[in-house]
Amino acid sequence: MFKWLEKNLPKIVMAPAVGLIGWFVYGFVLWTLYISFTNSKILPKYELWGFGQYEKLWASRKWLISVDNLLVFTALFLIFCIVIGIILAIFLDQKIRAEGVLRTIYLYPMALSFIVTGTAWKWILNPTLGIQKMFIEWGFENFTFDWLVNREMAIYTIVIAGVWQSAGFVMALFLAGLRSVEDEIVKAAKIDGAGLFTVYWRILLPMMRPVFFTSFVILVHISIKSYDLIVALTQGGPGISTTMPALFMTQAAFHKSQVGLSAASAMMMFMAVAAVIIPYLYSELRRENAR
Amino acid sequence: MQDNLKPSSYQQLEQKSKYTNMFLRWFLYFILILFASYFIFPLYVMVVTSLKTMEEIRQGTLLSWPSGLNFESWAVAWGGRGYGAGDTFLKPYFWNSIKMVVPAVFFSTFIGAMTGYVLTKWRFKGDSWVFLFLLFGCFIPFQAILLPMARTLGALGISNSIVGLVLVHTVYGIPFTTLFFRNYYVSVPTELVKAARIDGAGFFKIFFKILLPISAPIIVVTVIWQFTQIWNDFLFGSTFSFGEAAPIQVALNNMVLSSTSVKEYNVDMASAIIAGVPTLIVYVLAGKYFIRGLTSGAVKG
Repeated sequence: MFKWLEKNLPKIVMAPAVGLIGWFVYGFVLWTLYISFTNSKILPKYELWGFGQYEKLWASRKWLISVDNLLVFTALFLIFCIVIGIILAIFLDQKIRAEGVLRTIYLYPMALSFIVTGTAWKWILNPTLGIQKMFIEWGFENFTFDWLVNREMAIYTIVIAGVWQSAGFVMALFLAGLRSVEDEIVKAAKIDGAGLFTVYWRILLPMMRPVFFTSFVILVHISIKSYDLIVALTQGGPGISTTMPALFMTQAAFHKSQVGLSAASAMMMFMAVAAVIIPYLYSELRRENAR
Repeated sequence: MQDNLKPSSYQQLEQKSKYTNMFLRWFLYFILILFASYFIFPLYVMVVTSLKTMEEIRQGTLLSWPSGLNFESWAVAWGGRGYGAGDTFLKPYFWNSIKMVVPAVFFSTFIGAMTGYVLTKWRFKGDSWVFLFLLFGCFIPFQAILLPMARTLGALGISNSIVGLVLVHTVYGIPFTTLFFRNYYVSVPTELVKAARIDGAGFFKIFFKILLPISAPIIVVTVIWQFTQIWNDFLFGSTFSFGEAAPIQVALNNMVLSSTSVKEYNVDMASAIIAGVPTLIVYVLAGKYFIRGLTSGAVKG
């Protein structure tokens, strides 16, 4: 008995973690999947109902707007974060004075919650007392900046705040990548007569392929899950013009008693994340095994 | 910067390129500082707004300097005005968050250390599948578990309680903490463990005598990561708690959104700073470890 215990101790120690994740992650996802095939309203029902909830979901105007917003947000969020992140990383890589201070400034938003930064941005973007007033007092009398309450433009305020929060993170990833390249490669290129621009454009950035990939995966992941920032900035408004899937899901589940529909929307999000993550995990593991 | 001109024959040109270099250098700093001001701007606005009176806010602009160090809105944000019902302030929720964060960080870190230890030093058949099984938990969108979680917490009788939130944060922290410790222990030579086993040291003795003493850096990284994640969480807090059991981010959001009286932006900003200050302090003090967690943990999350 004691022998058996000793032999299996490692597995026994592993058991709680595996059990908890098995139940709370896999079990729960399967439960949600099952419920998405039922006609559950306020309370879960367990008779199968087929794809009805998915049909309802994709016929819902609010869901279509959510998906549309998510696509717009993700595209802009990706482009701006990666471009700003790369520019900052390359510039910081030029033996800059006070690099540590600048890095700290670029990255501190990552330490704050989206609720805190969303509150700050909401105040800054306030149509009467915020940026608009600042420009008017500076002498631009006709300056208007009402994106926060403008149906067409409100989604871009979320982009502004989101990029502000996450661009420094991309910078950190690329800076770490650039620093891990051996000096010899750069030196050799310079001896061959390559200018600094060529060194980065032709040699270093192409070497950063894995970093691009990683940033892409993380940023897409953040944007699919984005919830807090929208709640803090616009709550999906004006109207439903800035709603997104994560917001749709919680509203359907906890405010509108559409349990089945919310489960279907959660599964759509799950599949979107899986479509990005599984190839990523696969390639990461292959790289690790190759080592 | 690089110039490819031969020094002897193109002296004039070289002089010129020196000026170009200087110009480029200034341009570099200009851009870097421009971005730095973009990043610092919201923090600056938060701090100065929190120090102004509402009168000053209406008169001045976002950037204008406050007339003095007026901490009144901080006091209101923290402790309220003392008129009883309807008076919302952050103090009790701040303590809620502390009571939630400390045990959740402890448990998730401890479990992660144990699983990381087993997965690297007591390898068994199929252990890499077990790792993958746990790792996938880093990625799931939490929307896919919110509904069953709410029901489970209800069934356990811990919905809308701090205990419930501790459970939630512990469970969903395990994939990350496992990842951190596993990647750290992988680089510890297994010979050390083997030698100790030959000497008759058991499972726990090896952990506490050999691995734990060298684990300080990864413990710091993990604790900071978990602390920041849990302190800043809003989704779980707002879904599984309300009223008195709410953590600080939820309370902050409610406070800012409450449309009862005249909007007091100075109090809003003071509240936001109070809710953000703990993680900000940790970041400033231990930025190195924060970034390490970010680049290895968030890579997967």
